[in-house]
Amino acid sequence: MGELTLGVFSSLVGSMSLDFSFKLAEAGMAKGHKVNMWLSGNAVMMAKKGQKPFKDYSHNEKLMKELMSKGMEVTVCEACAEARGYHKEDVPEGMKRASMDWYLAKTVKTDKLLHIGGE
Amino acid sequence: MGAVNLLFVVQRPPYKSENPRLALTHAIASQTAEIYMDDGDSVVPIIVFVGDGVLNVVKDQQAMKVYGVTSTESHIKSCLLIDLPVWVCKEDMTRLGLKEENMITDAEDMGAELKTKFVSFADIQKEMESVKHLLFF
Repeated sequence: MGELTLGVFSSLVGSMSLDFSFKLAEAGMAKGHKVNMWLSGNAVMMAKKGQKPFKDYSHNEKLMKELMSKGMEVTVCEACAEARGYHKEDVPEGMKRASMDWYLAKTVKTDKLLHIGGE
Repeated sequence: MGAVNLLFVVQRPPYKSENPRLALTHAIASQTAEIYMDDGDSVVPIIVFVGDGVLNVVKDQQAMKVYGVTSTESHIKSCLLIDLPVWVCKEDMTRLGLKEENMITDAEDMGAELKTKFVSFADIQKEMESVKHLLFF
């Protein structure tokens, strides 16, 4: 099976691109692929634990945690997070923080890289 | 695995979106990515500005004065300083009435030797077909 890396740049609220990214990751993992996810730009909104689910807004924390428990590696851009006031202690369990070079390094081994979103 | 070629394609104009800045900072991060890689592996990026993205390369930006943030110009010059190729689509410059004299052509003030390359879309397309990964911003 292959390795898929998703670079995601869209915000949690405002478009459905982040929702799509998690659905795609779920589908990839269901087919047996290894999936990595890099959250940068406004996608670092996912790096804030304890978000309250409302039916009016997207809520991906539950699915993200499920996928991480099955082996999806999720890393958030440290600088993008800090710039928005999301600190180390805010990060959901299992999510890593790194600088952008983590993502660049993933491009070497991954079979497919998909870049999703951005405002 | 060896060297992996990456093409960063910037389509959005500066300051209206975070995307051009993210493209530049991610491309520059290639310089330190080796700490996460196996011996012998590396990433080799090129950053190319197309469509309205060519506006990122207009010279004499005043972002620090106006917004209090570093300019896209300073990031582009940093790319040249670390020998990271910067390409600009000539057809899109023409469409926007931009000439080379309006653009960041070098970073000699920072001591860079590499210069901005003004290329046709055909050249960009050729590069798009040859790299392992495309990163659209």
